[in-house]
Amino acid sequence: MKKIIVALENISKSFDDEQILSNISLYIRENEFITLLGPSGCGKTTTLRIIAGFETADTGKVYFEDKLLNDIPPYKRNINTVFQKYALFPHLNVYENVAFGLRLKKMKNEDIRPKVKQMLALVNLKGFEKRNINTLSGGQQQRVAIARALINDPKVLLLDEPLGALDLKLRKDMQNELKNIQLKTGITFIYVTHDQEEALSMSDTVVVMADGKIQQIGTPTDIYNEPKNAFVADFIGESNIVDGVMLEDFKAKFSGHVFDCLDKGFEKNEPVDIVVRPEDVDVVDVDSDKAMLSGVVTSVTFKGVHYEIIVDINGFKWMIQTTDYVGADQKIGLYIEPDAIHVMKKSEYSNMFGDYSSFSDELEKLSDATEVIEE
Amino acid sequence: MKKNSFMKQLASMPYYVWAIIFIIVPIGYVLYYAFTDSEGKFAGLDNFAIIEHYASTFSLSIMLAFIATVVCLLIGYPLALAISRTKPTTQKILIMLVMLPMWINFIIRTDSIAILLEKNGLLNSLLGNFGVSLELMDTRFAVIVGMVYDFLPYMVLPIYSVLTKLDVKLVEAATDLGCNSIQALTKVIMPLSLAGVVSGVTMVFVPCVSTFYISQRLGGANTYLIGDAIEARMLSISADYNKGATLSFVLMILIVVSTLIMNHYTDDDESVAAGGIM
Amino acid sequence: MKKNAYIIACFVLLYAPIIILMVFSFNSLESTGVFGGFSLKWYESILQNEKAKEALINSLIIAVSSSLVATVIGTFAAIGISRLKNKFIKSSVMTVTNIPMVNPEIVTAVSMAFLFMGTLSTLKFIKSDDTLDMISLLIAHTTFGLPYVILSVLPKIKQMDKTQTEAALDLGCKPTQAFFKVELPQLLPGVLTGLIMAFTMSFDDFVISYFVRPKSTVQTLPLLIYSMTGKGTVTPDMYALSTFMIIAIFLLLVLANLAGSREEIQAKRQARKLKKQQEAKK
Repeated sequence: MKKIIVALENISKSFDDEQILSNISLYIRENEFITLLGPSGCGKTTTLRIIAGFETADTGKVYFEDKLLNDIPPYKRNINTVFQKYALFPHLNVYENVAFGLRLKKMKNEDIRPKVKQMLALVNLKGFEKRNINTLSGGQQQRVAIARALINDPKVLLLDEPLGALDLKLRKDMQNELKNIQLKTGITFIYVTHDQEEALSMSDTVVVMADGKIQQIGTPTDIYNEPKNAFVADFIGESNIVDGVMLEDFKAKFSGHVFDCLDKGFEKNEPVDIVVRPEDVDVVDVDSDKAMLSGVVTSVTFKGVHYEIIVDINGFKWMIQTTDYVGADQKIGLYIEPDAIHVMKKSEYSNMFGDYSSFSDELEKLSDATEVIEE
Repeated sequence: MKKNSFMKQLASMPYYVWAIIFIIVPIGYVLYYAFTDSEGKFAGLDNFAIIEHYASTFSLSIMLAFIATVVCLLIGYPLALAISRTKPTTQKILIMLVMLPMWINFIIRTDSIAILLEKNGLLNSLLGNFGVSLELMDTRFAVIVGMVYDFLPYMVLPIYSVLTKLDVKLVEAATDLGCNSIQALTKVIMPLSLAGVVSGVTMVFVPCVSTFYISQRLGGANTYLIGDAIEARMLSISADYNKGATLSFVLMILIVVSTLIMNHYTDDDESVAAGGIM
Repeated sequence: MKKNAYIIACFVLLYAPIIILMVFSFNSLESTGVFGGFSLKWYESILQNEKAKEALINSLIIAVSSSLVATVIGTFAAIGISRLKNKFIKSSVMTVTNIPMVNPEIVTAVSMAFLFMGTLSTLKFIKSDDTLDMISLLIAHTTFGLPYVILSVLPKIKQMDKTQTEAALDLGCKPTQAFFKVELPQLLPGVLTGLIMAFTMSFDDFVISYFVRPKSTVQTLPLLIYSMTGKGTVTPDMYALSTFMIIAIFLLLVLANLAGSREEIQAKRQARKLKKQQEAKK
């Protein structure tokens, strides 16, 4: 295991009586690409700003390479930030923006020039030195912001929703580029986003946050396959989350049927949350022996690779992704493999998520869009 | 971070001190003199008895300023509207030209009107060719001409700045809905440019009602305005600071009240600033 | 066409008197009714006029120093005012700031006259009346210049992105460095506009100077012009002086507009770019 470079211990923070962070502890290692993921207002940006030094924690400690960082002002921290809207200086051109940090260190012109060149090459902006910031596109401004931060050789780079203002295609390109830069430089990246896809595809470690608390820390696959509670299961990808009872090890009962599963270590007859991902459910004939559950299809949407169908099972609506066509109002049977069933302990988020009765694609997109604007 | 913003709060301290000593305290002095007698004793409203003495002066000031303001509006609104409908590049030049006279000292501007109107001035020497001679100087007419000439740009600019921000599509929508061009003007453009009119009217009325130079230079003995009265009470041999202060105080109240009434017609509290001097 | 004719008519009305005044400054006769031929004699006379020279120097000293002081105090004031969180305090401060602009000049003038009569004359250590006159004029001019500076800097502060300051700190600036390297350069256009406005207001002021020190021996150009027009006859050397002032103000305005238009071009560029981005998003 690599050395821990940033440590947060029992951090709490509130603004105007509103608790933003409650008792957060987080250990970040060298060379790690770690993402703080969560909906707006979950405290991810505040966490980042505490590490950068723009906010001070009410209680708790921040360590940087084992040194206490709490009372060190931002300009004395070997940490740099890429801001959400870049915060490039409009009165300086590209070259001077990138050279800004070095000039503060009173470095000589002839030493600055090759470093700026090297940085601009790293972010694919060769030849842009003389350009005015206002003449650059969003993607180009983004690259300048990255170069400006990286030129100071920070041990840790903080990125606050850096791709939030870019359109979809540009965002995908920049994701790859950011990942490459991180691999090339070996700098620890602490990345904040509300976009779960972005988090899963770029990060070594994902920290899911909600309501000022860390819900789960893990690799992207862990987070997706073994969500710790209903919130994480719902926030990451699509999930059907139903109430169940753990009868004994490897035996779970939900939706009126007893299933084999791979989970153990629960009390006898402990109430639990069960997660089943839509792509892990097979549609079978309702009369077939394989059919474990049965329900009525209430809607069918063609998604290209698969159909997305909503199935009403005893009043609870499941989302299922299938390549076979089924018609609306058809009664179908469902089959679930033991390894597709994920059992979670009950939490404060139980019964809040996972029912698709009010689901609509448009609504989802709408809420995503407003989130970007709000932040 | 907290220290930083504290420093920034501290940065405005010199101004606060300055504003207290050189804005608030002087106003306090006006109040002090207005409510005391020449020996510094509290005089209640005694000083305000002179208002009766100056009643005709006040009413003449208000009347002339009112007429000048209306004339400015009648000339200025169409001018602002006409300018706002020219090409953008032309607009910039025209507005520059409207602003330029504002920066010429108003004594000079008033004098240039005097050159025209004087007995042996240009107008009369031209008219003399036709055997006509007019006594234009030392009349109320001359004072109004001077006021209109001096302050017309202050009417045009704020109206223009509101009119240019007005969305052309609104006018198009109005005509689409059946307005002819005059109805579009009265039903859409005018109501929406009210903020500009209010700030223009304020910017013309205030200096007109308080002027003393224009009336002295162009109005002669026939037009003794409130500004002249204040000047006399403050600077002449018959100076009486208490009465000067009382008149200033009444003028200030008059302006505050009329500004409040004017602003009542618009809720855009930045309209005065939007009028801008530049 | 009607529209253009109206515009032209208005501009003729606006400019004819001024142009006539300027023309008569070149008159060889002392008449304001008859032009007797081209002559520079009034300019010669005003150039040889010691009072005019002195007044010009005084005007420049007062305008330069009062506008500089107003700009420094006003810029810092705007920064502090923009940080005020309490709405009541903020609006009170703004109301006080607006007083010298909203009040009739003559009332401001009277109020300041009282202050200088009352307070300044008790400062016994200032022996010379000239110094006292000068200080009074400087203070008065700074005071009515301040709101113009504050009101032109405030919107620039509002426009500025707060993360700019954070970015500067993040890159290693101390708070004071962040102010001088990042914040101030972005406020500069507003600061310059304020400076130029304060300068012109001061250079042009008559009413307040006239009241503040009634027996002042320190004359400014507008005071001199006033004393030349007085209530009696006017000699055309005053027109020559006026023409000079008009040209000086005109040059200043051109300067200010050059500074302004550069900023405008940048703003336009940015607007165009934003539009493109939005279209690309669609």
